[in-house]
Amino acid sequence: MMPDLGIHAAYVLSAYAVTLTLLAGLIGLSWLRSNRVRRMLDTLEHGKQGEPYER
Amino acid sequence: MSIWEFANPARFSRLSGRIIPPAALLTGLCLAIGLIWGFFGTPDDFRQGSTVKIIYIHVPAALMAINAWLMMLVASLIWLIRRHHVSALAARAAAPVGAVMTVIALLTGAIWGQPMWGTWWEWDPRLTSFLVLFVFYLGYIALWEAVAVPDKAAALTADLCMVGSIFALMSRYAVLFWNQGLHQGASLSLDKETNVADVFYQPLLVCIAGFVLLFVTLVLVRTRTEIRARRALALMRQGVR
Repeated sequence: MMPDLGIHAAYVLSAYAVTLTLLAGLIGLSWLRSNRVRRMLDTLEHGKQGEPYER
Repeated sequence: MSIWEFANPARFSRLSGRIIPPAALLTGLCLAIGLIWGFFGTPDDFRQGSTVKIIYIHVPAALMAINAWLMMLVASLIWLIRRHHVSALAARAAAPVGAVMTVIALLTGAIWGQPMWGTWWEWDPRLTSFLVLFVFYLGYIALWEAVAVPDKAAALTADLCMVGSIFALMSRYAVLFWNQGLHQGASLSLDKETNVADVFYQPLLVCIAGFVLLFVTLVLVRTRTEIRARRALALMRQGVR
């Protein structure tokens, strides 16, 4: 199923690898920080896991 | 209902909470379809060979690198004129996303340039203005982190954003008015009769839609996070622990 990328295979694959790694890192870090800040705010508002601020 | 009602942080958080799940789903779909279609379902270009497949990541990333800064400019102007905190936080939230898009555009451009131009880097007007734009992104992010007073940080970063907009626009239009560079003209343009061939154009449009949706989704998620962080900071300053 893998297309024949010819002599430029290393360039094409490395471009996709770099992009997907950076995007995965960005998404992962955004998600982790979102969860961490939400937990911190819940703790500050309720002293435990409670209703989020915006609900 | 006025659009300014969404400047209320709680209202923004409620609305964005409803938008994020379908936007994330659509983002995943568009990126998966566009990238798989482009990578597996399109032929090699007669001149570029298989490196043409890099356009499915390079062009959307470059587009979003510039448009992210323009979105930050609009949000910064709203902050400067109307002092809506959500707009300042949205600009802050967009900066790391735009910076990553700029890095992707620079790296994939370099990877494409080596086999096609015979060099990883050239001090070409578009490449150079993109590099300067990346430095502006780093400076913008650093300025937010460096200033402890949020309103002062918002004002200073808004000023920096306006200065950086010159390079964002230059990145977009450098190939038009500065023709001694290596970089070719725009791959896509609304006012051109012909763009890239349809076989490449259609998956490219899907990839662009995926990158736009990814940007919107990430900015919504990150803006919600910034709103929560701001509230947590306010509570901590009040001594609520």
